[in-house]
Amino acid sequence: MEQTLIEKIISNHSSHPVMAGDIAIVDVDLVMATDTTGPLTIKAFENMGGTEVWAPEKMVLVIDHASPAPNEGIAVLHDLMRKFAKEQNIKLYDVGDGICHQLMIDHEHVKPGQLVLGADSHTCTYGALGAFSTGVGSTDLAGAMLTGQTWVKVPETIKINLTGTLPEGVVAKDLILHLVGKLGIQGATYQAIEFTGEVIERMTLDSRMVMANMVIEMGAKAGLVDLKGLDLPYEFDMLQPDKDANYIQVLNVDVSNLEIQVAAPHSPDNIKNISEIGDVSIQQAFIGSCTNGRLEDLHAAAEILKGKKIHPNVRLIIAPASRQVFQDALSDGTVEILSAAGASFLPSGCGPCVGTHQGIPGNGENVASSTNRNFQGRMGNRNSNVYLGSPAFVASAALHGKIINHNECKKEAIDSL
Amino acid sequence: MILKGKAHVYGDNIDTDRIIPGKYTKTLDMQQLADHVLEDVDPDFHKIVQPGDMIVAGENFGCGSSREQAPLAIKAAGVSVVIAHSFARIFFRNAINIGLPLIELSSYNIQTGYDLEVDVTNGIVKNLYNNEDYQGAKMPDVMVKILSENGLVEYLKKYKSYS
Repeated sequence: MEQTLIEKIISNHSSHPVMAGDIAIVDVDLVMATDTTGPLTIKAFENMGGTEVWAPEKMVLVIDHASPAPNEGIAVLHDLMRKFAKEQNIKLYDVGDGICHQLMIDHEHVKPGQLVLGADSHTCTYGALGAFSTGVGSTDLAGAMLTGQTWVKVPETIKINLTGTLPEGVVAKDLILHLVGKLGIQGATYQAIEFTGEVIERMTLDSRMVMANMVIEMGAKAGLVDLKGLDLPYEFDMLQPDKDANYIQVLNVDVSNLEIQVAAPHSPDNIKNISEIGDVSIQQAFIGSCTNGRLEDLHAAAEILKGKKIHPNVRLIIAPASRQVFQDALSDGTVEILSAAGASFLPSGCGPCVGTHQGIPGNGENVASSTNRNFQGRMGNRNSNVYLGSPAFVASAALHGKIINHNECKKEAIDSL
Repeated sequence: MILKGKAHVYGDNIDTDRIIPGKYTKTLDMQQLADHVLEDVDPDFHKIVQPGDMIVAGENFGCGSSREQAPLAIKAAGVSVVIAHSFARIFFRNAINIGLPLIELSSYNIQTGYDLEVDVTNGIVKNLYNNEDYQGAKMPDVMVKILSENGLVEYLKKYKSYS
């Protein structure tokens, strides 16, 4: 029986080997909830008659979505989570520690080959480590907290083989946006994606996380990134799909001529080459989120903004993906460069991306954002427009007050020397 | 289970941010969710929806986030069932888990205001306006079982495990 990667991982967590289409009862290695989903999860767990979590060491709670609490109602929900974590002896990451998905990987809660449920749709990010991790709702998560298990339908897999070399200034975010545009917002619904090829093998962990993170924007259940070329601070089993595994679709994409990609309002699959965007003024720029708030993202922004000032009409907001990212960016001088250029730093968290607080755009405003979704109203105001792109795209937009091709700017700067 | 209600028809890709914006999700108060349901799609929906009414949508209903507040908001507003050409995966599970029935129909001829009768158990939608019948897609047995217990909370209370 030749298996895809996800068929192997699910089989390893089930009482018998499975193939795409099967329904399997699986053992769960880890569960995670945030302050958007955690309070409902705790209520559902209690309503199920739950008194003790099946394995407290396999559960993590993170306060990141509205953090620090913007109002009394949310403060009460945060306290409910803290109290539950204390009673049940569960690890809780509190205000400012970081965005859940960053913490789960950085603190080694997730490892390759594991099966993880998170009550957040971007839980698919741990596919960067070759784990089958997927987003569920609060009640599903409560069921896993009670039983240590869940049910899954084994998904079919799309294999995406990425060859060539990304042009300079074109990064993992451009590549995943391109693929979201190509497959569409429901192009992989109920399916898994395997990313493989030489482009992947050269990618940093930060970039691999970008790839896995946005598979949900194609409706996918999981996005598994080939472990080849990945360096981790611990030993791990390099799980690979079988040679003759069955794929529903195989895509070969040569990335060598890829332009900078932008998701125009109001859907992450409304993808354009930057040259097609035209004249768009920008009032707010945001760098952060589980998609692009990591150290290499802040470095990309600092490279563009070093020694310069952002456009006077733009507010540049940065929320590092974790406190560790912030500290690393502090100690290597990146924070100083960005702050001197006019950026405002927020505590690590999800706020502006998900429209809860700390950066809601005004009516008619255009936002350049390094995040993952630009649905109407996503950032908290239905009358604003969000353009998604890489951190370099956002930094350039902040510098010029409009959407601009940072590769051409760089070329012009060199030509004028 | 037979349900009767009026259809409210919306389009494709109604995402969870538009079903219930993120800024309203941080609450355990279901009425607060109901007061903002679908407001970025149809600001009047929460005012005109009547208990038992049905949402009828196109492809990929509920795409986006994993927030269970999306089906909860719909249910709290009094909607009895959501009918769509297709549903996003997480939304599908969440709705069944909280006991909100869904019917997946590849095609239908339904407009806002039509009266519908839905046989949830057999997945049949009867269009009382033109007397057409539509057969919905079959759900996995495990989901049928969860829905028949009115959601995963009651299911696990009764069976204690999935196996």
